[in-house]
Order: sequence, then structure tokens, then C-alpha cells
Amino acid sequence: MIINHPLLGPRDAQEFVYLGDARLIERPDGMAEGAPQAFHDHVYLRDNPAGEHRELWYHEQGDRSWLVVTRNTVTHEITGVELARDVARAKGRSR
Amino acid sequence: MAALSGALRFAMAEIQGFVSVLPGVAARPPGIVAANEPLPEGNTRMRYSGLRVIREALTGHRGWTPVWRDPAPQASYDYVIVGGGGHGLATAYYLAKEFRQARIAVLEKGYLGGGNVGRNTTIIRSNYLLDGNEPFYEFSMKLWEGMEQDFNYNAMVSQRGIINLFHTDAARDAATRRGNAMILHGADAEILDREQVRAMYPFLNFDNARFPIKGALMQRRGGTARHDAVAWGYARGADLRGVDLIQNCEVTGMRIENGRILGVETTRGFVGAKKVGVAVAGSSSKVMAHAGMRLPIESHVLQAFVSEGLKPLIDGVMTFGAGHFYVSQSDKGGLVFGGDIDGYNSYAQRGNLPVIEDVAEGGMALMPMIGRARLLRTWGGIMDMSMDGSPIIDRTPVEGLYFNGGWCYGGFKATPASGWCFAHLLATDRPHETATAYRFDRFMKGLAIDEKGQGPTPNLH
Repeated sequence: MIINHPLLGPRDAQEFVYLGDARLIERPDGMAEGAPQAFHDHVYLRDNPAGEHRELWYHEQGDRSWLVVTRNTVTHEITGVELARDVARAKGRSR
Repeated sequence: MAALSGALRFAMAEIQGFVSVLPGVAARPPGIVAANEPLPEGNTRMRYSGLRVIREALTGHRGWTPVWRDPAPQASYDYVIVGGGGHGLATAYYLAKEFRQARIAVLEKGYLGGGNVGRNTTIIRSNYLLDGNEPFYEFSMKLWEGMEQDFNYNAMVSQRGIINLFHTDAARDAATRRGNAMILHGADAEILDREQVRAMYPFLNFDNARFPIKGALMQRRGGTARHDAVAWGYARGADLRGVDLIQNCEVTGMRIENGRILGVETTRGFVGAKKVGVAVAGSSSKVMAHAGMRLPIESHVLQAFVSEGLKPLIDGVMTFGAGHFYVSQSDKGGLVFGGDIDGYNSYAQRGNLPVIEDVAEGGMALMPMIGRARLLRTWGGIMDMSMDGSPIIDRTPVEGLYFNGGWCYGGFKATPASGWCFAHLLATDRPHETATAYRFDRFMKGLAIDEKGQGPTPNLH
């Protein structure tokens, strides 16, 4: 698989480390009501879809950036690549 | 020849007559027997035996009949098992045979045994470390040892021994600890030193500068089995006991009212059920989404490999302790081997080249002579990778709906115990004593069974 890095262009997926579902960005509020259940769901439960999947890849053998890659889990086709920083900022999560 | 054939036929009839006459059997539908009862007289799907093989050989093999029926789904059943793979078929078999339940159906979206039970590297073993796992896998090992007699089918179970190589002193300590844990749970284990391993497999790369072979943990009762035949044996055994094996029947929805399951929607219509057991590892998240559940599971692809046929070379099973590589040799002569999962979510049943390269490198590091063999085929199967690397056999929040999955890439060796324990849960609503730890709520309670200590990163287990 080739991941089209937003800054570096097309890179071999071998340069990256895979983490998983991009919803891992959405860390729950540890002080909120029901935080233990929210953290359980955040850490352990997955949608695991057959089809389009937004997922976190880390460019370990490259510029050490985290990416959100949109990839089809049935065909392995990659249709979108964003910097995870931008995704997190758009959600108001990063300073 | 005709006289001999006639004599054999007479002998067979004698044998069948000896085992078949029991009161009550005649009242059942033709071709169906209850638990532990011999087959009724005249049942064309008789027991297999050496005599039968000789008789068929002498009479042109005209006596063989289909091994199971191909029924249409009935309107409702007491038990519906979703998934006609090894685990689903074993569940139905033990449900009928050991737990004496009836009105059972297995729904399979494709053909029986067409998923992971037909795609694995056929290794059976019970060399686990942790309390929640080892008793279960040792129970499974004991079932493997009696399976072929139990379901009267040749599954080619071969206890040819498995060795896990170690390459450092620390790894020897870990292997010794694991071996002691196995022995404490009633399994067999021994530590082999370097020369004992060399006597078995002199062609290994003992003096590799980075990963010299220091010895191995051996389980002599481990080995291999003919994976397809395991599914076929369970399918035949279940069918003979009246289980409807329904193929080309994909579950497309679940009918749930007031928190209770009423049945499943399928591509062949609605099938009602008092209890539904889902055993569809690889597709667990897809099927359980019909019940509104999210699972502690990701689906990943694992590739497997077979070389061209070679003369006898490896008479056991061997795993490399430094990389991820395991190998055995099939009776046809092909080296059957595999390594890591590809490491990203996938439902594709095919992997990519980087892992093929990685597995080939593992093979070359362990036994450089493998470089002379040509790769014949590679294929992929979809694994339920769970959050701690261990499976789940449990009830769900929906009454009457039960789940079996999360087998990671260790599901094949677990097939008999998985079926037995799932049948136990379905029939009695209590977990089997060896499967009490395989609960959904173990993550909430901090009771994960993490053999590799990787935490909630499914692609690293």
C-alpha cells in the first residue's frame, strides 16, 4: 500500500506503524460523569467496519507525523490522507 | 472375487446388526440418531471402518453416499448457530451429542468449512502460560486426542510434537516458566537443550550470530490435524444427530424485542430461535452489529504459505523464537508455514507483499535451506483480533443471544473445546469450568488475559 503523505508525497506503508481507529483521537473527559465506562468504550471497543475506515498511522521511518488515513478494509484502497494534527484541531482538541 | 465380496458384505451386515438395534430408534426420522446411540439399521450413512473401505474398494466404491443432508431452513429452531466453520459445527455437534439438545440449525453464509478452518496452518498445541487460558487449551488438547474415535471420522490428528525455539538465556527462563505452568495444568512440556534440537533438525541455523539456537520448549502431544476434515467430521457428526446444516444462508439481521432475541433474518428468510449462538470469528463485528453491539475486536488479515512438495524434512512443528515464523510439513510434502498478521484492519482475505517478505526472512534466518524451495501458494484469512489476544465465550446483553469469537490467530487448536464450552453455555446458561475467564466484562474489570503483555493493541498480539 502507498500512503500519499500530505507533506512528503507518496510513501510506502512499510515506513509507517499502524495504531487503529482514528476515534482514538477522541479521548473522553476523565472528570466527567460516567468516565470509567466512557474510557472502557474508548480504549476497548471498536466499530471495526467492513468498508471505509478512518485510522491512525505513524510515520516512524519518516517525519514522525501522525496521519489519519481513510482506507477501505475490503479493497485496501486509500482514498484520503490528513495530518492527525489537523483532524484533532478541527475537533478543537489541540492547542 | 464375487464370493469374497459377498462374504465381506455378510460380515459388514453382521457388524451393523450388532451395533444398530435399539428400542426407540425406529421412531426417529430416517437417517437421524440421538446422542450416543448407534446408527439404525439400513442407515446408508453408516460408520466408517477399515472393513467398509475394503468392501467399497472391492465393489467399485458405489456404496458411498453424501456425508450430510442439504436441508432448507425450517421456520424455527431451539438453537440457531450462526457460522458453519469449525467452531460453529463443533458447537452444534456437542450440543446434540453431549448436551442432548434437539432442534438445532447451523446457518452458514457460504459453504461449510470455507472460512478460517480451511485456511489455517493446522497446528494443535496447549502451550499457554496464563491461568485463564491454559486449562481451556489443555481441555482442547484432550478432546483432539479422542476426537476421531468420538465422531468416527479421520481428521488426521498427528501428535508429532511442537518445539518453540529459544535463542537467549532470558528466553530459556521464560520457556521454562511456561513449561512449568503447562505441567501444573496437566499438560506435557520439556526443555530441550541445543544438542537435543540439533539431533532432531541438524539443518537449522544454530550458530546465527544474532539468534543462536540455545534449545527449545517441546510439547510432544502437540502436532497437526487435517483442518478441513475437522470441519467435515463435526458436520457429519452433527448432521447424523439431526442438526440442520444450512448453507448459502447469510444472516442479514436479528429480530430483537424487549431485549430478547426472537430469531435471525437471513438471505433464505426469517429463522426463529429460542437461543442464537454466533461463532463467526473474522466477521464477528459485522454480525454482532445487527444486535447493536460494538466488540473489543478488530479484524485483521493473516497470511499462510505452502511450498512445493519436498521429501520428508520436518517431522514435527517448529516455531522460531526470534522472529515470527512457524513451519511444519504436510503429508503431501509441502512446507506449511506462516508468520505475523499484516497489522492493519482488513476484511480482504488477502494480504500484501511486505509480510510475505518478512515471513520469508524469518524462514531464511531459521533454516537457510528453505531458500532453495519454491513458494507454491499464499492465502489469507480474517482474524478476530481481540484487545488482549484472548477469546470471548459469553452471553450478551440481549437475552438468548450468545457470542463466541475473538480467537485471534489461535482458533484452530481451540476448535473442539470452543465448541464444547459454547455448547455448555448455550445449553446450561453457565460457562464451562475451563472458559470462565472468557467474559466480555473482563476489560471493564481489569481482568484481561494478555499472554503477550501488549495491552489494547490488537495488531500486536
